[in-house]
Amino acid sequence: MDKTFKQHTLLIIFIVVAFIYICRLFYLQIIDDSYFLSAQNNVLQEQTIYPARGLIYDRNGELLVYNDAIYDLSVMPEQVKDLDTLAFCKVLNITKEEFIKKFERLKHQKGYAPWKPCVFERQITIPTYAAFQERLFDFHGFFVEVRTDRKYKHNNAAHVMGYIGEVTDKDIEKSDGYYRMGDFIGISGVERTYEKQLGGKKGTRYVLVDSKSRSQGRYKNGEFDTPAVAGKNINLSIDYRLQQLGEELLTNKTGSVVALEPKTGEILALISSPSYNPNLLIGRDRGKKYMELLRDPMKPLFNRTLAAPYPPGSIFKILMALTGQQEHVLTPNTAYGCHHGYMFVGCHPHGSPLPLRPAIAVSCNAYFCQVYRSIVNNPSYKHAEDAYNVFYKHIASFGLGSKLGVDLYGEGSGFLPKATFYDKIYGRFRWQATTTISLGIGQGELGITPLQMANATATVANRGYYIVPHIVRRIEGKRNPDTLYQNKHWTTIDTGYFPVVIEGMQDVVERGTAYVARIPGINIAGKTGTAQNPHGKDHSIFFAFAPVENPKIAIAVVIENAGFGATWAAPIASLMIEQYLTGKHDTRKDLKERMIKGNLNHRNDTTATQTQ
Amino acid sequence: MTPLQPKPSSIDWITLLLYFIFITIGLLSVYASVYVESKPMIWDTSMNYGKQLIWIFISVFIGLLILLIDEKFFYAFAYPIYAITIFLLVLVLAIGTTVKGSSSWIEIGGFRMQPAEFAKFGTALALAKYLSGYNKNFEKKRRDQYISAAIILAPMVIILLQNETGSTLVFFSFIFVLYREGLPGWILLAGLVLGILAILALLVPATYILIGLAIVALLFLLMVRRTKSLVLITMGMLLFAGVLVNSIDYVFQNVLQAHQRTRINVLLGKEVDIKGAGYNVQQSKIAIGSGGFWGKGFLQGTQNKFRFVPEQSTDFIFCTIGEEYGFVGSVIFIGLYMYLLFRLLMMAERQRQKFNRIYGYSVVSILFFHFLINVGMTLGLMPVIGIPLPFFSYGGSALLSFTVLLFIFIRLDANRVNELKSF
Ligand SMILES: [Zn+2]
Repeated sequence: MDKTFKQHTLLIIFIVVAFIYICRLFYLQIIDDSYFLSAQNNVLQEQTIYPARGLIYDRNGELLVYNDAIYDLSVMPEQVKDLDTLAFCKVLNITKEEFIKKFERLKHQKGYAPWKPCVFERQITIPTYAAFQERLFDFHGFFVEVRTDRKYKHNNAAHVMGYIGEVTDKDIEKSDGYYRMGDFIGISGVERTYEKQLGGKKGTRYVLVDSKSRSQGRYKNGEFDTPAVAGKNINLSIDYRLQQLGEELLTNKTGSVVALEPKTGEILALISSPSYNPNLLIGRDRGKKYMELLRDPMKPLFNRTLAAPYPPGSIFKILMALTGQQEHVLTPNTAYGCHHGYMFVGCHPHGSPLPLRPAIAVSCNAYFCQVYRSIVNNPSYKHAEDAYNVFYKHIASFGLGSKLGVDLYGEGSGFLPKATFYDKIYGRFRWQATTTISLGIGQGELGITPLQMANATATVANRGYYIVPHIVRRIEGKRNPDTLYQNKHWTTIDTGYFPVVIEGMQDVVERGTAYVARIPGINIAGKTGTAQNPHGKDHSIFFAFAPVENPKIAIAVVIENAGFGATWAAPIASLMIEQYLTGKHDTRKDLKERMIKGNLNHRNDTTATQTQ
Repeated sequence: MTPLQPKPSSIDWITLLLYFIFITIGLLSVYASVYVESKPMIWDTSMNYGKQLIWIFISVFIGLLILLIDEKFFYAFAYPIYAITIFLLVLVLAIGTTVKGSSSWIEIGGFRMQPAEFAKFGTALALAKYLSGYNKNFEKKRRDQYISAAIILAPMVIILLQNETGSTLVFFSFIFVLYREGLPGWILLAGLVLGILAILALLVPATYILIGLAIVALLFLLMVRRTKSLVLITMGMLLFAGVLVNSIDYVFQNVLQAHQRTRINVLLGKEVDIKGAGYNVQQSKIAIGSGGFWGKGFLQGTQNKFRFVPEQSTDFIFCTIGEEYGFVGSVIFIGLYMYLLFRLLMMAERQRQKFNRIYGYSVVSILFFHFLINVGMTLGLMPVIGIPLPFFSYGGSALLSFTVLLFIFIRLDANRVNELKSF
């Protein structure tokens, strides 16, 4: 190519580019007046449109949570000019000192910038809003934002639904700028885990505002506006009536109830007592009320069902019976004698020796210590430790010792000791069945949460599998899409080993320790338990499922410091099963009355919360 | 060493004057774009303008220092300087600080530096040295072509790994240098066509492009005298374009991640991201448009509405000029910038030493590329690629590196007089 042409190519390119850019400038600055609009000192204002949060219903379509409009007074600090402070304070009903203090506080908020809108006064009353709206044009830079707060139709199920509150700095950071100071976010319960679905998406409206704060209309006909997307409505798997009954029955008691639908893993009721009224945590006093609840020695904010580990007591006997069969160290005909206990584990008087089924029915401690011993000291394994590892695997396959993955915030994993745990205490190969014998009857270092207890019960009801418990059934009318809540988790126990155990559990209710739980016409399989509590009176435990032939509900009830399982936990479970299966709850009025009226909190205030 | 010192008369004073004009306007623009009433002092170092002022002092000082250095130094140390910049780039990859998603910063005692900026003159020096070496012929020798390409590509790859797309693209400006040194014109043209085709492939469904290309090819064949080989070549090119367009589409849909796709879409204006890139451009156009013929005057720009544009003192600095000085000011600005580029081009062509010429060309090309993309972006004509406007944008390491880049050339050029005398 010609050298002189090469020398001039760049020059030509420069000229062409300069020409194009100058033409473009001519167009932008002189011809196209849509850009000129802004020349009249119009200010582009970004307004946030807050979406309505999704509504929450129970499994039968009963509305539980809805929205309420609130009005926040916001301010764009740098647009505040010539403010008649006195008039302004009068409308808001505050003193001038308060006004100055509020403004100073705004300036020290994280992320403050004079050109960013921020909330000046949260949730002004409707009369204030009206008075303010009248004089809006006198108060340049101030404007009212409408958003929604939560309202709870009933005062129940607080722990399930959780609550919303203002975002923290951390939330803002994590959200990549989506959340703004003062926005609401789900903090616990379903509100937290389903924030994405319930929260919807904020929209933005761009308006031109002149120097006197008067709106000059939409910017570019709303070309850049994004509409708010409303949050999705959610159906919980909770049966509201069952939940309500359960909460009523737990009045003045400390404890938990978890009811599941075995076939689906859906949580039918989730009660942690003491609870609180969800309508406390809304509105302007949210923060104050929250602090009060936080300081309450009864810890009403603590969700026991998910996080409180209890010694499981008798549910462990059931798992032991299944594991023993699976490991071929136990058959339904294996009989052990009982002379008021085994080693240092005591037992109550009953016939002896007994085979498996009646041993379950009378809940013989000695029997299950023997089963545990034969599992861990199984001669087919070289060390007790190896046998224990196998035992651990079987028990863990029921979902014990780890988080199940429920869609609620704050789940605990409970505690199921691994072999290494005992190695640390006793040294490697230095321990065996008798060293850890209390495990056989579900005492000792074990801890399982009421949710895990209910889940294990559901697993027995299903004859060998469970679906991870979950609380959200439908989202916007469609099945909860999370496959975690659809897949079956099979245990390591063969289905064939379940029937004899279930028969034993049925005997418990028909003619055993939980006779009080019997409901004519419904076959219930259950098991009472009494969990030793080093801090006070034993915990009363009962878990059951019904009907035996086609389980529709599996339930675990723990009443703290209430003594025998049959006294409190079993009747409460029975009343709830009846309500759920038949819709009736007043066939046994006396029993119900007695349960509701029973006040177990007043006499042991000091010990009530120590299991946490 | 007296004969090697540049005589004051031999320094290109016009370029130097333009440099000082630019940094002054630049500082005033930074001042105007982040000005707040409570902090009116331009030396307030808590504000961007105060910091920029410090960087101006540092840059001018180092620039003057460069003018005092023996011009042979740059030739002798071209490779070591290149090696150091490459080393810094690699170092950043290992220990760099991440700012706005790009991990291209090194932090030393509160000061942040972007080695990618320094890689520009490092590469320019190395390329100039290599191509001016004994018996080198870029036009003819394959080996020389490959090594030149490697010199340019090495920093590009590392900078791309730092997620600094803008700075990576700047290295494409070396294509002008290579063109001047013998790269055939059709490669320049083909590069341009490929670029346009690639962008089109993402904007328009592949079938439309292919139909369009087929029509063009058909028209072309109808208009010229058809020979068998011409038809075959045209068909071959059509086939190649088809494969290219489809493969770009495939990579875009299947290889890239969702957020990368969004970014590219926003870049191309397919998706309006009102909070991000697209919004900045909208706002930038409003600001420039609102300047009108005469502009609003210094500090009269309604910057408050403009604070939506977070990069106004860096990448969108031209907005301030457009808004406050209007069409008149903008044209003067473009005129001055063009004058600098013409001047530098003229200076490059008047060099007798190949090293000086190639370096000079690199300077012109780099500055022009920045101008092209940056101003084009604020005018909504170019995709939003975050690269600064040399001498104007806020940013210490950028200002310093452009100063060094320019002053080395002024120093090299000043020696021309000595050369003449020595003949
Ligand atoms: Zn016994």
